[in-house]
Amino acid sequence: MIIARVVGNVVATQKHKAHEGKKILLIQPLDLQNQPMGDTIVALDAVDAGVGDRVLAVQEGFAAMTSVGHTESPIDAAVIGVVDLVELA
Amino acid sequence: MYLGKVIGRVVSTIKDQGLDGRTLLLVRRVPNGPVVVAVDAVGAGAGETVYVCRGREASFAFKPADVPTEASVVAIVDTVAWGDRPMALQEDSTDSGPAGGPDADKKDEL
Repeated sequence: MIIARVVGNVVATQKHKAHEGKKILLIQPLDLQNQPMGDTIVALDAVDAGVGDRVLAVQEGFAAMTSVGHTESPIDAAVIGVVDLVELA
Repeated sequence: MYLGKVIGRVVSTIKDQGLDGRTLLLVRRVPNGPVVVAVDAVGAGAGETVYVCRGREASFAFKPADVPTEASVVAIVDTVAWGDRPMALQEDSTDSGPAGGPDADKKDEL
């Protein structure tokens, strides 16, 4: 899992049916200083996150598919939590 | 998944039977990422902004058919909104989007 910031909503009319009715988010992975790290990712939303939220995201198919309730569908990333706090030891 | 732009297609005559009748698209990850060959699941064409599913999940786009692919185009993107504002998807657009956004430096190339 990674920590990321939701930076956009993706709108697509023509898409795979497994993605219909789901919010599609553009997320930016963050480092531990909350700075952008690497390229943005398109992820399906499983927790009703919104732009600006810091979230927990998975980039593995089984986890992503399970979280949005579609098995055997073309989903390789999902937002599965909204981060309240990160505490560094 | 990630955002990409369709920059072309690949034609192959001799290929795995599972790829018969499928369109192979060349997709560049935006703004300036690598190019992959992805199997089209939605009828996308050159110049369109799409998003690509990677990995084993990519082949699930064609269920119940078994298509041997590790990348599939699973949606054609209409807009990407940053908050309430739509982001430009075309390079020649004059919409500058929100200044200072997390990806403000990338928007013009999407």
